[in-house]
Amino acid sequence: MEEPPDSPRIGVDEWVASVEGKRERYTGIRGAVLQGWDRLPAPARVLVFAIPAALFPFVTSQGNVFRYGLFTLVYALLALGLNIVVGFAGLLDLGYVAFFGCGAYLYAILASPQFGYHWQAELAIPVVVLATAVVGLLVGLPSRRLLGDYLAILTLFFGQAFVVFVNNANRISFPFVGHVDLTGGSNGIANIDPFNFFGYKIDSTMKQYYLLLIAVALVLVLLMYMNESRTGRAWRALREDPLAAEVMSIPVNRLKLLAFVFGAAVAGLTGAIYGTIATAALPGDYDVGLLITIYAIMILGGFGSIMGIVVGAIIVSSVPELLRSSANARPLFYGAILIALLVKVRPWRLLAAQLAGLVAFGFAVHAIAAAAYPRLVDGESIGSGFLPRGLDHWMLFPKNPVKIVDVAYMVMIAAIVIYPQLGRLWRAVLLPPLLYLVMFVWENLLLVQIGGATRLILLGAVLVVLMNVRPQGLFGTATVEIV
Amino acid sequence: MNWSLFFDLTVSGLTLGSLYALIALGYSMVYGILKLLNFAHGDVYMIGAFVGWYTLHALGGPLNPTISGAAVLFVMFIVSMVACGVLGVAIERFAYRPLRNAPRIAPLISALGVSIFLQNSALLIFGAGFRDYGTFDLIGVKTFNIGQLFFSVTQLLTVVLAILLMIALTVFVARSRLGKAMRSTSFDREAASMMGIDVDRVISVTFFIGSALAGAAGVMFGLVFGQIYHFMGFIAGLKGFTAAVLGGIGSIPGAMVGGLIVGLAESYATGYLPQGSTFQNLYVFALLILVILIRPSGLFGKAAITKV
Repeated sequence: MEEPPDSPRIGVDEWVASVEGKRERYTGIRGAVLQGWDRLPAPARVLVFAIPAALFPFVTSQGNVFRYGLFTLVYALLALGLNIVVGFAGLLDLGYVAFFGCGAYLYAILASPQFGYHWQAELAIPVVVLATAVVGLLVGLPSRRLLGDYLAILTLFFGQAFVVFVNNANRISFPFVGHVDLTGGSNGIANIDPFNFFGYKIDSTMKQYYLLLIAVALVLVLLMYMNESRTGRAWRALREDPLAAEVMSIPVNRLKLLAFVFGAAVAGLTGAIYGTIATAALPGDYDVGLLITIYAIMILGGFGSIMGIVVGAIIVSSVPELLRSSANARPLFYGAILIALLVKVRPWRLLAAQLAGLVAFGFAVHAIAAAAYPRLVDGESIGSGFLPRGLDHWMLFPKNPVKIVDVAYMVMIAAIVIYPQLGRLWRAVLLPPLLYLVMFVWENLLLVQIGGATRLILLGAVLVVLMNVRPQGLFGTATVEIV
Repeated sequence: MNWSLFFDLTVSGLTLGSLYALIALGYSMVYGILKLLNFAHGDVYMIGAFVGWYTLHALGGPLNPTISGAAVLFVMFIVSMVACGVLGVAIERFAYRPLRNAPRIAPLISALGVSIFLQNSALLIFGAGFRDYGTFDLIGVKTFNIGQLFFSVTQLLTVVLAILLMIALTVFVARSRLGKAMRSTSFDREAASMMGIDVDRVISVTFFIGSALAGAAGVMFGLVFGQIYHFMGFIAGLKGFTAAVLGGIGSIPGAMVGGLIVGLAESYATGYLPQGSTFQNLYVFALLILVILIRPSGLFGKAAITKV
């Protein structure tokens, strides 16, 4: 990516930074653990993740393996492929999900009743992966001339174009062959065959889980070796400074294309596997929502960090599962707020005083509302047990909350925007009412909508906050300025 | 050739093009100064459309407005533009300013986060359904014609207002002190700050103006097409960006011309190309790729020289 001309960075040297880091980091027990980790060869590192994952189906029920385990692995595989393009080579590819879709649709065409083909998996998978890689090459070709942002918009359009195409391909007639129902339109392609390796069918959830696990482990090992290889180093050089890389006689264009092709191939493989799991290829599965999830995984894990991505996939697929019920969502939300307060508000006496103030403020507001506007306290909080019933006596729960809560949400956003601009004294005084407002909106609006918009709102907010706090992601290495 | 179809397509293309041009201006100005692709811009436009709708209904709704129809329109535009401008400044302050010296990809991701946040907030508050502007009830269905060019009153209003806004912007950037500061900041931010220009303020003003234009475009969309919904910002943002790239990103006249070209291309594609109404977006996309391949710097852009 092109550097802005005014950026003060003169040289960024990852190698020097990593050596500096090693010298300081390796002390005590934590140091010993980190040192041991660095000495492990790549396949052994993968086992640290693969063994618990392999044991996972034995400790949980069948439904959980399907919903949670399979999706975690699919996400991890996709994010690993995206990591080649974005994390290693630094090309912002926003059409990545389309390659995933290509894989699923191609496999569906080769092995489903749609055209009556029922190819064996050992033949179909290489064909699908190769074909997707060729699509990646075609999309990557214009990228040779494009700077980062132009590439982003071009690939984003490609992703959109893919969705429009598969949605409508049943209605167009192709040159030479005439009218063919290629993708089944908005109904998609149903009844995709399970993988059939030389007669051995991968037809149960358990088998699919282990197949995916093997695929993830293989890709992990491959990426770890690739990362250390000549190509991997050249990619990182390209990511840090394309101009300097070119001056060092690194073939920039060829490496960009190579990254695109590799990323697309991994996505194609994932798509084929996903097709057999879902047993259908539907246009809606390959839209922007999935793209955002995959990006969230990669950003959380840290750009270019391989094991970080696996951790990211586990976090991103388990948090929505946990947020599904209000009993889990409430402690997670309040816990996050409390941690943020503990980090931000010092000294602890001030924090204690403000929390006490919050409790008192709540009771005062509740008492005033109960006396003046009984309508505001008629409702009840969601859930059962001690905490929700206690909240009924402290928090406002309007009976029919639609309008007032919507207004409160907008006021809350405005308040959060204005709050950091205030002076210290005002910030200290206004913190309890602000917290009360946030809790009011959370209890009356966000928690009610927890299955729908709330999760994505939280995801968006987390992305912005994470970029503010740690632009390199949780496990990414910070690039160091050397002036 | 069927001239009446051609003229109809031209009129609707010009209308669409004015909207895209207004959106593209916001993209282009921000990109010119920050080198940042503001993904949230399309969603600011969507919020603008909803603010317009709420203003309309606060004034009594389209059927029996408390003040005259023209005054309602005026208030809608002003409120929506101011609200969007403030929103844009807030977004810049929170999501982009802390990341000014971070790697290039960080503000992009942050922008993506803002976009998701705004879209789903709108879903939460405004609901998933369509909202109807009720334009016909508000200002009637009068049509004008210049020869064979038939305009509805909203289309005429959109095109004229967009042109006025663009003239105002051009004069502002070319003549005013702040406009001069904007141009120099866009040319070289560091040098500008050394010359005593308050760069942060200039960036805030840029975001305010760009977002206000998007807000105006949102209200225009509501007036011309009637229905607004929470997801409308995404595709409009894409088209706006296409327009900005086509014209040469960072160039203000480029954004205007690019917007008109994208609007007309989409309109003609709908009318003339095979399966046009289904694949109009694909045709616009193909146009974008073509321009990028032939002239990566866009029609009015200058080829960037990388300094080491």
